[in-house]
Amino acid sequence: MDNIAGTKSSLTWAVNLSVLALVFLWLFPTVGLLVSSFRTGDQIASSGWWKSMFTAEQNLVVRTQDPDKQVQEGNLWVIEGNVFTEDGRPVGTISRYGTSSRSISDYAAGEAGEFRSGERVIVETNGDYRIESTEEMSGKRGKRLFVTAAVPPEFTLENYRFMLFDESNVEGMSKAFINTLTVTIPATVIPILVAAFAAYALAWMEFPGRALLIAAVVAALVVPLQLALIPLLKLHNEIGIGKGYIGVWLAHTGFGMPLAIYLLRNYMVGLPRDIIENARVDGATEFQIFTKIILPLCFPALASFAILQFLWTWNDLLVAKVFLIDSTGETTVMTNKIVELLGTRGGNWEILATAAFVSIIMPLVVFFAMQKYLVRGMLAGSVK
Amino acid sequence: MSPVLLGIFTIVLGVAGCVGYFWASNLILDKVIFPAKGPNAGRNINRANMVRPWLFLFPALFVLTLYLGYPVIETLRLSLMERVPGGSEFVGLANYSQMLDEPKFWEALRNNMLWLLVVPAASTAFGLLAAQLTDRIAWGSIAKSLIFMPMAISFVGAAVIWKLVYDARPIETEQIGIINAIIVAAGGEPKTILTIPFWNNFFLMIVLIWIQTGFAMVILSAALRGIPEETVEAAIVDGAGPFQIFFKIKVPQIMGTIVVVWTTITIVVLKVFDIVFAMTNGQWETQVLANYMYDKLFRANDWGVGSAAAMVIMLLVTPILVWNVYNARKEMK
Repeated sequence: MDNIAGTKSSLTWAVNLSVLALVFLWLFPTVGLLVSSFRTGDQIASSGWWKSMFTAEQNLVVRTQDPDKQVQEGNLWVIEGNVFTEDGRPVGTISRYGTSSRSISDYAAGEAGEFRSGERVIVETNGDYRIESTEEMSGKRGKRLFVTAAVPPEFTLENYRFMLFDESNVEGMSKAFINTLTVTIPATVIPILVAAFAAYALAWMEFPGRALLIAAVVAALVVPLQLALIPLLKLHNEIGIGKGYIGVWLAHTGFGMPLAIYLLRNYMVGLPRDIIENARVDGATEFQIFTKIILPLCFPALASFAILQFLWTWNDLLVAKVFLIDSTGETTVMTNKIVELLGTRGGNWEILATAAFVSIIMPLVVFFAMQKYLVRGMLAGSVK
Repeated sequence: MSPVLLGIFTIVLGVAGCVGYFWASNLILDKVIFPAKGPNAGRNINRANMVRPWLFLFPALFVLTLYLGYPVIETLRLSLMERVPGGSEFVGLANYSQMLDEPKFWEALRNNMLWLLVVPAASTAFGLLAAQLTDRIAWGSIAKSLIFMPMAISFVGAAVIWKLVYDARPIETEQIGIINAIIVAAGGEPKTILTIPFWNNFFLMIVLIWIQTGFAMVILSAALRGIPEETVEAAIVDGAGPFQIFFKIKVPQIMGTIVVVWTTITIVVLKVFDIVFAMTNGQWETQVLANYMYDKLFRANDWGVGSAAAMVIMLLVTPILVWNVYNARKEMK
């Protein structure tokens, strides 16, 4: 309705720019984490992720070869090597270097410098260095060199290998991933079926108290699940389920039920009355009408709820913490694992970013693949 | 049994159990209890039809009552009982007065109120802006799905994402969080953003606004499209500018939807837990009610005050609950 003649406003470019800015703002934080998960810990700590796409100036600290590698050339003792091959860093171009942590860029590359202990040193732009001394060098470890290097962008899959496939890594995510999946799938499938029958009864069967029940479902939509934590944990302990998968499945089924009934009922009410009444006249039982006519017609609503419930159970922390994860930690889910890592590995962004992305990737795939149904579900689910 | 097997087993058993229950109970009702033949066939069919809705409803009503109805009553009872787990002595309002004496509670309540004021308003405003702008451009649907995307990300994932944004390093090293990088580039000192009392609340709120804007946008965009074109055309003929059309013609017509979005986000805000738990855990004066309650229940093992705090959350939700029920009933008539 905005391209009616005469309304095509001069604001169009401003609108485009504002949307661009908005999208940029909304995307920027996520992209930051994604990019960080493909960088090494050193790279993350030495420059902002937004610089990672470009050749970056980095300040590196490297140790030269140990003194026992020195060779005698005439009356000079010499250690030679390359800054980059020393500890497998990427090859870059060195612009300046220094010999002490207080003056890390005293000398230009190719210019001769000196250590405080008197040895002469020269570092070339390609990383080759040569240390010369008139006396034999002693000590166990090599000397420290501080170089300013332009390092081209480099990304690695090592973080993902380490977090997902490294058997020796106790902080790995593979187990938590399986656990999350184990929680999610039954917790999505089971409520759908239970709710579908109830929704059909509330939509198409006449009985006293129907309106009251619908009102109760609407009320239950907003009851905070915080209230349920202690009473139900107590109940689970009393009936012997304790903390575990069965408890968390039941809890998710209960907490998802109001939305499931509400969404499905609203959708079913909108189905044409003729179809159902014709089927009744033709002698179909209610059970047949439900399974043969209603369920197939309701597919969009079922898909909507399935996606909402999947996202909610996959992303949940509180319910899993209370009803599932016991002191052994064997059944930990990804969200809980990430919170633990935030505590113990707060500064190791390569680990945090990778862990977070492992848990985010599945919902994102579902989101982009089934956005249509998600939108529909949200439209129907917000109480009008 | 491995959890995966247990999971598959549960799905099969659950699905088969549900279908079996509905199928068998129907069969018994129609063939055994009220058979549709013999002298009372007509009466039996009517009776069967009176019972059937309750068969269909029973499993759902059962979990609904057990998982959402019973806890409300039980939490109310626990909040009036001794503080130790399993305490059976009635203490009246002692837990509540204990809670009201704690400065942490008032801090949590104050912060929750701040969240309530800021997050729904900001999310709805940004959502409305995004909806209106993206509806007018060619690549609007792509823009929409990108702004909508944070909805799919868990609160915990979002907490990690934003902790990186807020990250602070000592001044002599390079900043890796964008906010501090900008501050330093502008000549300032790097700040540990999440530890600045009072203002850090707003930095936590940004995370939730970032998530909820997409939701607001999607709903409001659908409402904007539902506005009858004639009203807009008439306004244009009368010489209204784009801003007048938006604020005086469009917004009033979607006011109902705006209220719905607002209340829905308000409920999310009242329950906000994960973001605070993962980012600050209530330190540096960022406590909120849900996290305060979690602290009491599972760290201090204080069921009395924890339940009292849960009742406060329930109390805050109640007006919205009543309003929703009222509207739903009005709509059904």
